[in-house]
Amino acid sequence: MNRDRRSRGFWPLALVFGLFVLFLYGPVITIFVLSFQGPEGGLTLPMRGLSLHWYNELWKGLGVVDIGAALRRSLALGAVVMVLTVLLALSAGLAFRKRLAGADALFYVTVASLIMPSIIVSLGIGLQFRLLDGGIKWLLEAVGATATLESYTTSLGLYTSGLGAHLTWTLPFGLLIMFAVFNRFNPAYEEAARDQGATPWQTFRHVVLPLIGPSVVGIGMFGFTLSWDEIARSSQAIGDLNTLPLELQGLTTTVTTPSIYALGTVTTGISLLVVGLALLGAAALRRRGGRRTGA
Amino acid sequence: MKSTALTAGPPAWLQALPFGAVFLFFFVAPLLLIGAVSFWPTSDYELIPGFTGQNYVSIFEGCSNLAEPCVTLKTYWSTLRFSLLTWAAALLIGFTIAYFLAFHVRSPGMQTLLFVICTIPFWTSNVIRMISWVPLLGRNGLVNQGLMGLGVVDKPVDWLLFSEFSVVLAFVHLYTMFMLVPIFNSMMRIDRSLLEAADDCGASGWQTLWNVIVPLSRTGILIGSIFVITIVMGDFVTVGVMGGQQIASVGKVIQVQTSYLQFPLAAANAVVLLAVVLMIIVALTRLVNLRKEL
Repeated sequence: MNRDRRSRGFWPLALVFGLFVLFLYGPVITIFVLSFQGPEGGLTLPMRGLSLHWYNELWKGLGVVDIGAALRRSLALGAVVMVLTVLLALSAGLAFRKRLAGADALFYVTVASLIMPSIIVSLGIGLQFRLLDGGIKWLLEAVGATATLESYTTSLGLYTSGLGAHLTWTLPFGLLIMFAVFNRFNPAYEEAARDQGATPWQTFRHVVLPLIGPSVVGIGMFGFTLSWDEIARSSQAIGDLNTLPLELQGLTTTVTTPSIYALGTVTTGISLLVVGLALLGAAALRRRGGRRTGA
Repeated sequence: MKSTALTAGPPAWLQALPFGAVFLFFFVAPLLLIGAVSFWPTSDYELIPGFTGQNYVSIFEGCSNLAEPCVTLKTYWSTLRFSLLTWAAALLIGFTIAYFLAFHVRSPGMQTLLFVICTIPFWTSNVIRMISWVPLLGRNGLVNQGLMGLGVVDKPVDWLLFSEFSVVLAFVHLYTMFMLVPIFNSMMRIDRSLLEAADDCGASGWQTLWNVIVPLSRTGILIGSIFVITIVMGDFVTVGVMGGQQIASVGKVIQVQTSYLQFPLAAANAVVLLAVVLMIIVALTRLVNLRKEL
């Protein structure tokens, strides 16, 4: 009876869902298709021929921008952000389970970082490092290190201000995932390990970590992909060398050939590859964890 | 009872230290600096400490005349309009989709599958998802081709791309997920027996939806709304790319000012933006609590 009543709304809603999925995927699929235009093809349909011409153009480079270098920079930064996000979020997640002085304050700061308009964070970090530059120059002058002073340019960079800017975006996601994980975590396993005489490290290494492994992989995946696509927080805080999304944003105004679609397809491919690998990794860990605990 | 296993191992503060240090150095300190620098005098290249209200004065110069709004008010108004339009569309779509997934799709497997399908586009670059509208909305794009083919218009429609319309469309495309996920989360926590109770008491589908599901999804709606509004209020990338670099927004103003190294002015703008965003968040949380009491 209940079921009959509900199913009346089912098909219209299913149609809405279908349209929503089309809305989400349609445009991206269009540029995926258009990236295989023939050499005569333009930015819009119809397809004029079918080729890898624009991928070849992309490979040769787009104007003055070194896409390959930007891609490597983004991959490397994403990897560092991923590792740090996992380590810091995991460690903080464990801390939040205990009595932690200032836990509320730390939590509110984390949430504030998540909802803070990115341009503000980015501007603040940019300012901070410019002021640091001033301080460092003053210090170098004071100690008379003229040679260093002359070669010194800025402390802004991928792995200083840029890394920090990315972490303010990835860490809140990491911590929230940790909360979700430990909410469902049964401490009886830890008790049991302790009763058997395991040290805290052994308990963590052999009991807790295998159980939460899949989620930890998820945090890593979030860390990488959020960093890989990040623009707003990088914009004022990245220094002289741009990441791939920043270069891409610049290219949208200068490149008017389907090679930009080819670039879009490649970066999307890398994102999906990382997500896919992470899902496979998580599944493998879950199977292993399941076998160990006999669950 | 606090488990003893939880208190074993390194002290909590030590475990939270690296995490907290990152936020102290890269979030709290920069925000404080913005506040300080917003009072520094404007100079061409250097940052010179001082104290002046001049930055704020110049932001609001001539804003007392409401009949002819100043640039700042116009910019805030257009940014606010983007936020409201995006919020309304994202809420409507997000709620509908979440409702369908949570209450009409019965098998958990199917639910997960459809949910994952919705989240996959989230993993592709935002700029890519923006420019993917170009072949559809451009002058010679698919929509114009279709409209002309059907004989609806005889020359291409111009306002589809690089317009306020395309900006809002891109926002909805990019950020509806931020609304859908928290609402879906809230809905999945609703006790299904409440729906049966409503049904037994003779409530119609709409009554159940409005009197049971909407109030119980409140938290999700609030979280989603805060996400969407704060993102759109501070955005400059989407407005830039989808507006053809022609449309103003507060984030864009800040970005342009920093590119001219006018840091004190940009900082003052950032403080004003932050104040506006905070007011919206406070208003939202009030609104929701008010509902709870009614």
